[in-house]
Amino acid sequence: MALLELDNIHSYYGHIHALKGISLTVDEGEVVTLIGANGAGKSTTLRTISGLVRARHGKVMLQGKDITHMPPHEIVTAGVGHVPEGRGIFPRLTVRENLEMGAFTILDKAEIGRRMERVFVLFPRLKERISQKGGTLSGGEQQMLATARGLMLKPHILLMDEPSMGLAPVLVEAIFDVIKELNSTEGTTILLVEQNALMALKYSARAYVLETGSIVLSGPSAEIAQNPQVKKAYLGG
Amino acid sequence: MRRIYESTVLRELLRPLGQIAIFVTATGAIFSVAMLLLALLFRGSAADRLLQENNHINIFAFTLTNLPQVLVDGVTLGFVYAAIALGYTMVYGVLEFINFAHSEIFAIGAFVGVEVLIALEGAGQLSSIPIWLAYVFLALAVIAGMAAAGGMAMLVEATAYRPLRNAPRLVPLISAIGVSFFLQDAIRFTESITTGQFHRIIPTFGNFDQRVSLVKLPLAGVVTDINIQIKSIVVIAAAVLMLVGLNYLVNATKVGKAIRAVAQDRPTASLMGINVNLIISLTFLVGGALGGAAGVLYALKFTRIDPFVGFFPGIKAFTAAVLGGIGNLTGALLGGIVLGMLESFAGAYLSAFTMGAAGAEYKDILAFAILILVLIFRPSGLLGEQVGQKA
Ligand SMILES: Nc1ncnc2c1ncn2[C@@H]1O[C@H](COP(=O)(O)OP(=O)(O)O)[C@@H](O)[C@H]1O
Ligand SMILES: [Mg+2]
Repeated sequence: MALLELDNIHSYYGHIHALKGISLTVDEGEVVTLIGANGAGKSTTLRTISGLVRARHGKVMLQGKDITHMPPHEIVTAGVGHVPEGRGIFPRLTVRENLEMGAFTILDKAEIGRRMERVFVLFPRLKERISQKGGTLSGGEQQMLATARGLMLKPHILLMDEPSMGLAPVLVEAIFDVIKELNSTEGTTILLVEQNALMALKYSARAYVLETGSIVLSGPSAEIAQNPQVKKAYLGG
Repeated sequence: MRRIYESTVLRELLRPLGQIAIFVTATGAIFSVAMLLLALLFRGSAADRLLQENNHINIFAFTLTNLPQVLVDGVTLGFVYAAIALGYTMVYGVLEFINFAHSEIFAIGAFVGVEVLIALEGAGQLSSIPIWLAYVFLALAVIAGMAAAGGMAMLVEATAYRPLRNAPRLVPLISAIGVSFFLQDAIRFTESITTGQFHRIIPTFGNFDQRVSLVKLPLAGVVTDINIQIKSIVVIAAAVLMLVGLNYLVNATKVGKAIRAVAQDRPTASLMGINVNLIISLTFLVGGALGGAAGVLYALKFTRIDPFVGFFPGIKAFTAAVLGGIGNLTGALLGGIVLGMLESFAGAYLSAFTMGAAGAEYKDILAFAILILVLIFRPSGLLGEQVGQKA
């Protein structure tokens, strides 16, 4: 049984048919990437999984349990972490408060403290900025904060929406290294959405290619990276 | 770790007290100095001569001797407005929507609190009771008013606003105006079938109407006894307690952080596992309860209430919220104190300075004038951020 399974998902924004029958699976412990052009429906796929967008048809299953109609806060409790597109940090909360919000559903204060220390090992920079307001951080630091916040819950599966967007190449590398680290040492399952297809394919085991709301290609990332059409469309030749 | 925790607790309790002290002192000082300068300018004017003729006092001495009382009244009123303004500003902070029904939530609090006291009086419980019991009963009335107003605010949100959450911005606003009229008539209806009256008077009990003398000051050659009504002290103390409590809730508790997170980014807040609807409900509960408490305190201070009692305090508190920067809690506090002070000064001096041409009844116009001026020249308010950023 797959950890996460989308079965023939259709999602809409008003009359806009954004997802036209998406089916995909993510297995326990995998890093899976979703690539596609701007507007293909990558973010909508993640939003549908976490309940921010309601699927009009189809099913989302987490560990065999139907979560399609759960409200977002319950989906979080069920083990889905989502680092949204554009980071979505709380600009007027401090770094510490942002991280505390990530652990909102955890009641044990000592446990929250332990988890915070754990994410500070991955992102020492954030510890230095702990009392600073989120909105005053640099773009790279905000991405670290958003990722760290997503990890506070120790999610079963982490959905990451374009974590490399707007970052300097060295920071992109750092973010992908964290993803790898998380997956290998903590076993966190990751569904990664990227426009930076080259990096995403390098760091993932399997990939899906999305075009205008439908999956047009899927398979092992190494194979996808060799596909002539993918090379032409997403890998710059 | 424990020590850090305790120091934030202490800081969040002391910080608002400091703010309150600064706002009260600064506003009081600015208004006093401006008023005294104005009085100096008016020396020898027709207004001055009229005062000397009728009251045997020059305009400067008149202004100075009245000043302490005017300041005390201004602060009392200011805290009532601040407590109501917090309800407007909290809801705006979370939903970017002006809850026009908040003035009726205030009225419901006032009515429930007053009815509790009237019932106690009817049962013979209010006469010749020890002072401490009077305070217990008053606290009971305030708590009942808070519960009723907070509960009603939640109910209004769930029925009249939540279904319209994704509608264009004007739609919930119109719904709020409708709810406001509906609640006014509901109060009127309930009161007329249960008591046969539209207006109610808070029973006289305890020592709330007594005055305590603070100091005797020689002002302008006249020894003036500066005293304060006990109920003013009660209103101020209760309001300060609530303001400090609210500040603590919003800044130092988990629920408060969740309220701020929801205010800043609703979808992302839900991705943290925060039940956004519950937090919005809670915001209405807290804002409504503060408004309800303000209603009971207002009734204590002004004794008579009717179903329309919420209108003027509501619009003034709304002005206070806008003046301070809507969505900003500290701003609501500052705005409330300024509005209270303005009203108190206008009520006391307008008539003498205009030789009766514009009496104290014109004091309400000033609040509207401020509202319009702020909206034109500084829509973000004194302490607010750019409104445009959020729109
Ligand atoms: N909030 C929205 N309202 C209306 N249409 C939207 C909204 N968000 C996305 N869309 C549309 O849905 C489609 C998929 O968008 P999205 O999932 O954001 O794509 P991607 O993340 O792949 O760039 C696009 O056509 C986009 O214009
Ligand atoms: Mg996207």
